[in-house]
Amino acid sequence: MKIVACIKRVPTTDAQAKITPDGKGLDAAGFQYMTSFYDEIAVEQAIRTKEALGGDVTVLTVGPTEASKEVRECIAKGADGGVILTDATWTGRDARATAKVLAAQLAAMGAEVAFFGKVATDRDNGAVGPMTATYLGWACVTDVVELELGADGGTAKRETESGVETVAFSLPAVLTCDKGLNEPRYAGLKGIMAAKKKPLEEVAFEDVPNQAQVARLELPAARAEGRIVGQGADAVPALIDALRNEAKVL
Amino acid sequence: MTTTLVFVEHNDGTCRRAALECLGAAASLGGDVVAVLCGPGSADAAARAGAHGAAKAVVLAGGDAFSPDAVAKDIAAVAQDLGATAFLAAATSRGKDLAPRVAAHLDSVLFSDCTALSNEGGALHATRPWLAGKAIAHCTSDGPVFCATTRVNSFPVNETGGAAEVSERPASTDGKVKVTGLAAKESGKLDVAEAPVVVSGGRGLKDPETFAILDELAAAFGNAAVGASRAVVDAGWRPHSEQVGQTGKVVSPNLYIAVGISGAIQHVAGMKTSGTIVAINKDADAPIFKLADYGIVGDALEVVPALTEAIKAVKAQG
Repeated sequence: MKIVACIKRVPTTDAQAKITPDGKGLDAAGFQYMTSFYDEIAVEQAIRTKEALGGDVTVLTVGPTEASKEVRECIAKGADGGVILTDATWTGRDARATAKVLAAQLAAMGAEVAFFGKVATDRDNGAVGPMTATYLGWACVTDVVELELGADGGTAKRETESGVETVAFSLPAVLTCDKGLNEPRYAGLKGIMAAKKKPLEEVAFEDVPNQAQVARLELPAARAEGRIVGQGADAVPALIDALRNEAKVL
Repeated sequence: MTTTLVFVEHNDGTCRRAALECLGAAASLGGDVVAVLCGPGSADAAARAGAHGAAKAVVLAGGDAFSPDAVAKDIAAVAQDLGATAFLAAATSRGKDLAPRVAAHLDSVLFSDCTALSNEGGALHATRPWLAGKAIAHCTSDGPVFCATTRVNSFPVNETGGAAEVSERPASTDGKVKVTGLAAKESGKLDVAEAPVVVSGGRGLKDPETFAILDELAAAFGNAAVGASRAVVDAGWRPHSEQVGQTGKVVSPNLYIAVGISGAIQHVAGMKTSGTIVAINKDADAPIFKLADYGIVGDALEVVPALTEAIKAVKAQG
C-alpha cells in the first residue's frame, strides 16, 4: 500500500507569541520547531499500517528546506522516504492553498491512504486534511481514535460531544489522527542512522495564491488582576460570595 | 448584500446550543440568514432555527446513514443555488468535520473556531486564535464564499421568535464515508468544550481515585463538565476527551475552576478566555493564580469537598 503521512513544522508548544512590526505576523526569532503534536500520531499510524498491510511510507510536508529536520526525525521512526514541497512562504500559506498543493502531490504519488494530524498546533485550523480529501474526491474521517484498516477500506472511531461514533470508509482516504489512536514510538539509533540514507526530495510546486489575508495580529488582552480570597476550606464562603455577587456566575 | 448559510446541527429535532449561537453570529453579519439541516427531526429543528433568526431553512431530505462527504456536497450545492456569500457552522465535532469539506467544494478558505465575526462595510472579518490563543488574528478572505466555524460559548443565542420558510431538497446518497453507529455517553454528561461550567484537575489531586472529588463537584453544579490537565491525561488518570489545553480542547465556559493545576502555558492556552476563572492550589506561587479572578491557597482534598457542599446549598436555594 502506498502510505503517506503529512506533517507540519510548527513552533514548539512552549513558544511565546511576539508580533512583527507590521502587526500582521508572528516574530519567529527565538522560535524552536517540532513536528506538530498530532502529526506524530499520524506518522506512527502510517508506520503501523505498513507493518500490518505492507507497502511503503512517505513523509510529506509543505515547508522550508529546514523542515528536513522534522521529516528526517519522522523517517527515523520507520518511514521509507520524505518529500518537502519547498515553500519559503510556508508560515503564511492558508489552508485551502496548502490542501490544493498537497492534493496534487498525493495524486502524483499514487497515494492510497494519507494520515494527517487532526489539527496543527500553530494555526489551529484543522482544515487541511478534510479539504485535501475533498479536492481529491477521497473519503475522509477526522479525529480518529481507533482504526481498523484493510486493503479496500476500513472502520474508524471518532470522539464527539455525544459519544464515540463508528464510521465506515472506502480507500483511498484521508484519516486525521487524534490523541489516543496510538502512542508514537521513539526513533532508535539504528533508525536515525538509516534515515540519513533514505531519500528526501525537495520538490517545487505550482503556486496557489492565498485567499486568507491577515488584517492584523494582536496579543490577547491581559485579564484583570484577580485576588486570593483566602486559605483552605475556610475560604469557601468568601469564594461563593464573590462568585454570586461580583462575578454573578452562580 | 450578505446571504449567510448556516449548518444547524441538531439531535432528533433538538438544536445544539452551539448551532443557535452560530445563528446569532450569522445575524450579526446582517443580510439574510438561511439554515440548512439534515437527519431525522429536521422539520422541528428548522422551526427552532426560524425562531432564532433564520428567514429560510433548507432540509436535506432522505438519505440513509449520516454521510459527511455527501452532506458537505449538498450543503455546498445549497450555498451555490442561494448565491450565499457566507457559510457558517458551529465548531463542534460535526461542524469541524463538515465545514472544511464544504469550503473545499466552494473553493474557499475556511476560518476555524472564530471567537468573533463582523461585517465592516461589506467586508467580512473573522477573529480567531493562533497558537491556541497566544495571539489573535483578524482575517479577511478573497475567496468566493466567506467560510467560518464559530467557537462554542462565544456568541449569544438570540431568540427572535420568527418563522422560517422551509423547503426540502433530496439528500445525496453516494457518500464514501458513513456513520454506522454511536456509543452514546451517559445521558446528561456534558462535553468539556460545551459545558457552561468546567471543573478541571491536575496533579495536585494526587491520584485517580481522589480525582473523583471533581466528579462530585461537577454533579453539584448540574451544568458542569470535568476537565483535566495534560499531565493527568498522560498518566492515564482521565481520558483525552477531557484534556484542556493546546493539545486537548480549547474551552471558554462562563466559569472555570482549576484545581491542583499549576498553570503551564500549554494548559492556560486552552482556558484563558473563560468568563470567570477560579484557582485552588496549595502552592501560592503557582502561575495559575496570575490568571485567576479568585484564588484559594490550600489542599484540594480539603477545599473541594467544602466547595461541593457550598454549591449544593446554593443550588438547593434555587
